[in-house]
Amino acid sequence: MMQLAVRDQPLLDVDNLVVEYGLGNKTVHAVSGVSLHVARGETLGLVGESGCGKSTLGRAVLQLRRAKSGRVLFDGEDLTAMEGEALRKMRRRVQLIFQDPIASLNPRRRIGDIVAEPLIIAGVKDASERKRRVHEVLSAVGLDPDLVAGRLPHEFSGGQCQRICIARSLVLNPEFIVCDEPVSALDVSIRAQILNLLEEMKTRFGLTLLFIAHDLAVVKAVSDRVAVMYLGRLCEVGPSEQLFAKPAHPYTGLLLEAIPVPDPDVRPVESVAIGEPPSPIAPPSGCRFRTRCPRADQRCSTEMPELREVVPGQFVACHHPLA
Amino acid sequence: MSTPLLTIEDVAVELPTPRGNLRAVDHVNLSLEAGRTLGIVGESGCGKTMLSRAILQLLPKKAKLTGRVMFDGQDLVRLAPEGLRRLRARDLAVVFQDPMTSLNPVLTIGTQLMETIQEHLELDAPAARKRSIELLAAVGIPAPEQRLAQYPHQCSGGMRQRIAIAIALSCEPKLLIADEPTTALDVTIQAQILDLLAREQRRRHMAMIIITHDLGVVAGRADEVAVMYAGRVVERAPTQALFKRMHMPYTEALLAAIPKLETAPHTPLPAISGRPPDPTRPLRGCSFEPRCRYAAGRCYEAKPELKAAETPEHLYACFHPIQMAEGIGA
Repeated sequence: MMQLAVRDQPLLDVDNLVVEYGLGNKTVHAVSGVSLHVARGETLGLVGESGCGKSTLGRAVLQLRRAKSGRVLFDGEDLTAMEGEALRKMRRRVQLIFQDPIASLNPRRRIGDIVAEPLIIAGVKDASERKRRVHEVLSAVGLDPDLVAGRLPHEFSGGQCQRICIARSLVLNPEFIVCDEPVSALDVSIRAQILNLLEEMKTRFGLTLLFIAHDLAVVKAVSDRVAVMYLGRLCEVGPSEQLFAKPAHPYTGLLLEAIPVPDPDVRPVESVAIGEPPSPIAPPSGCRFRTRCPRADQRCSTEMPELREVVPGQFVACHHPLA
Repeated sequence: MSTPLLTIEDVAVELPTPRGNLRAVDHVNLSLEAGRTLGIVGESGCGKTMLSRAILQLLPKKAKLTGRVMFDGQDLVRLAPEGLRRLRARDLAVVFQDPMTSLNPVLTIGTQLMETIQEHLELDAPAARKRSIELLAAVGIPAPEQRLAQYPHQCSGGMRQRIAIAIALSCEPKLLIADEPTTALDVTIQAQILDLLAREQRRRHMAMIIITHDLGVVAGRADEVAVMYAGRVVERAPTQALFKRMHMPYTEALLAAIPKLETAPHTPLPAISGRPPDPTRPLRGCSFEPRCRYAAGRCYEAKPELKAAETPEHLYACFHPIQMAEGIGA
């Protein structure tokens, strides 16, 4: 494994990352020892319920939230050790797209200025060069630059605002983009447009993506590999097709079962009384999923399961994986 | 066939905006019997929420409503405010999308539940308290007695939605309108909430309207589905019939656009190009025409009326319907 990593170095390598928040005199264990990697040109999907730490992990990768311990290697350099100018320089190569496209655009600024801002911060002084880049990315995301550059965000629908956000994230020619629930706030028909656009941009600009979402079908549509997160830890990581066809972790199985199927002949299975995830302030001992897991036994409460390879490429952290 | 509990007759809603009148609901006819579930499906802005507000008589002040909403023998449009108020909490209940904004953040859960119960069921405080605890237990809230003293912010989103459902069910309503009840929730919690609604509906023989943008949510849970687009019902059918044979190209496109688990990664999704028309600038022809891949001829000139397909229950509004059985339609 180590040798392989040296030879074919992943673009992003997260190693045993721990992120905690203070909450009064309590501690929220948001990310508790997560290791993952994303190869150049790959899309890694990250799924989990609200509060599982997936957004915190995305932010910690970009150093928008500093980790308590662990390392984030981007192209071989440790971002957690970087500060100031070095970090700012590195950030041009990594960008972020948020869930709420309308809230992430300043309502009082014109679209042309919003998209040009990263260029100004990066020190591109030539105004005509900036204009050229803004036009290029706005056309790339399917908007007419001459029509939209002078307008304000409120004149656009949610789907169009997300296109503008994608344009802004592309303007510095990044290598890596963290997409944090980019389609959750959009309608079904618009969602498909934006997912297709992200795929197209990825190919066209040679991007590597970390795609965070809670919808497994959405994640599968764009991801080469998928990581399933639960209460700050990874449960399962594997190639998309394999993980969806044969989930090994009971939690992955449960997530798959919960998706409503648009077919009236498929009667919804009565959801097992699995309740809700426990608080990340006091996560359960041993396996964090054990309080909702139908397979949990004594061992699960005392011994924390480590990620291990069950099928080539598919890793699971469970004492009693699904067959 | 028994008399429907709810009949919506030719309901239209217009909202004045600075850019002209916005036709939010455009002459909709629907009916629903006791114990049955109707799913109303459509994108943002298609008028599905405005239609539910029209049923509840909770439209914005400036809105202009025409048509009739017959509920249990009374026309709600013409009912006096006092009669409406009594009806709304007792027989007509609603669960909104966002349980954080539909609960009062400065009152305890107990106060909010007991307020409704005492007001409408004329119970004294101890009886109302007992009833509240029973209701919270029925909607799957652990330790209901302790919950009564808590505030909404101390509960998770799923818990809050359960509480909102408990309040809605507290007076044994005849009709429950659930407006995107699970859109703000995680997929695991969504399944639990939908199960809860279905179970309570069966137990109480309530009529229910589920409003959603996800055809997947209604597929296994509604008896009948109405698909709305640009303020109109464009297809309406018993759920089984609809999924077996869709006649309206919009319904087909809406279903196709949902990412499927069976599809291989990186397969381009059949997205619906463009977006819904501006509701202040009505089109002369079919409102779906600019986005429809079958549009031709008459589609640009006239609005297709809702008409029956194979059975009188399956209605569609299209000049070029798809998947028609031989000898019918066109």
